[in-house]
Amino acid sequence: MEWTDEGLILSRRRLGETDAVVALFTRDHGRHLGLIRGGAGRRRGASLQPGSIAVARWRARLEEQLGTFALEILVPTAAAFMDDAGRLDILVAAAELLDAVLPERQPHRELYDATRAFLDALDEDVPAGALLVRWEAGVLAALGFGLDLSCCAATGSTEDLVHVSPRSGRAVSRVGGRLHADRLLALPPFLRDPGAAIAAGDVAAGLVLTGHFLSRHLLAPAGRQDLPARVRVVERAARMARLPAP
Amino acid sequence: MTGPELARLIQLLARLPGLGPRSARRAVLDLMRRREQLMLPLAEALREAAEKVVACRSCGNLDTTDPCAICADPRREPGTLVVVEDVGDLWAIERSGATRARYHVLGGVLSALDGIGPDDLDIAGLLRRVRDGAVGEVILALNATVEGQTTAHYVADRLAGLGCRVTRLAHGVPVGGELDYLDDGTLIAALKSRRSL
Repeated sequence: MEWTDEGLILSRRRLGETDAVVALFTRDHGRHLGLIRGGAGRRRGASLQPGSIAVARWRARLEEQLGTFALEILVPTAAAFMDDAGRLDILVAAAELLDAVLPERQPHRELYDATRAFLDALDEDVPAGALLVRWEAGVLAALGFGLDLSCCAATGSTEDLVHVSPRSGRAVSRVGGRLHADRLLALPPFLRDPGAAIAAGDVAAGLVLTGHFLSRHLLAPAGRQDLPARVRVVERAARMARLPAP
Repeated sequence: MTGPELARLIQLLARLPGLGPRSARRAVLDLMRRREQLMLPLAEALREAAEKVVACRSCGNLDTTDPCAICADPRREPGTLVVVEDVGDLWAIERSGATRARYHVLGGVLSALDGIGPDDLDIAGLLRRVRDGAVGEVILALNATVEGQTTAHYVADRLAGLGCRVTRLAHGVPVGGELDYLDDGTLIAALKSRRSL
């Protein structure tokens, strides 16, 4: 058995003294593990950083075996973010999330393409927190738990949608949610309208929103708690939300 | 093939980094051949190190005294602390002779995979030293890996507001490095960290 595919490095687990088991999110083969000889060593291990894009050649005698990877790094994504605490945490949070929730060996091509676009955009001068929120909403949709933000679940209105029901994941308008607004999640405008201005607190609200559904549908059923890098992203967004406007 | 004493010795040596069962067997054979010159002095050195070497309560370095020789040295700069991941990194910087600063050993880096969180590192000890002493600069000498730099940013966040300057090691072209042979990640980091001449 042998294939070649492009993939995103999600994690590297040391195996013995010098080898490593690497998890990749590949375009055509989904999340796939493989052994890399010398992958925990100083020379090969240095390039195996989470978030990097690589061309992977996987080989095994039988399909169900772990197999071995030979990787060639295409984009050393993390190298660009070493000085930027916020973006580095977002990159690690994305890799940790995919590693935790993606089923093994099931292709998710649209999610892979969306993740590549997200990583490309992360290197540009755009609000990185909002990018993460949109991408997490995409992860939920790709795995069958998409939010329905098209119209109000109570009134059917498409105007003034400011809440999301924590149970159904459907949008709720200000009028439709006035009686139980305290139990609804806030819907930041940028999630419905990519061109909307991002106000202080919108990213934090968006992270609470996607965090609720990620935890409920994907992390909790897998026995996972909050992901450490995501916790740091949420804390940073909450701190930014408390800062006075410039 | 071998008695239980030798088998146990091989088994124990094989657990050391860099050794496997085969190399442990070779080492044991060599030790047996050089019993007086090597084996007994080695056993004595191991016993003595196990009895006397302790971790310095101030910086985490390994030494026979507590505080360690570096912390107790009055010629060291008291106002600068170099934060490292483990004692091996401290030894590497000491070997270079690049600084006369004191150190602080974190004891690891943040790693979700290995279940290492902030409470597993000696960050509280570092904050205590900065608050208590006249520390003007903290140099974060952590690995240029995602885990190392994530830890560096976390520690820098915790040090914010304590009145000390926080710096980190430069990332980029190594001394003697040729651009043509460098990996893309190093080149990207080097270009991002460029400075005026």
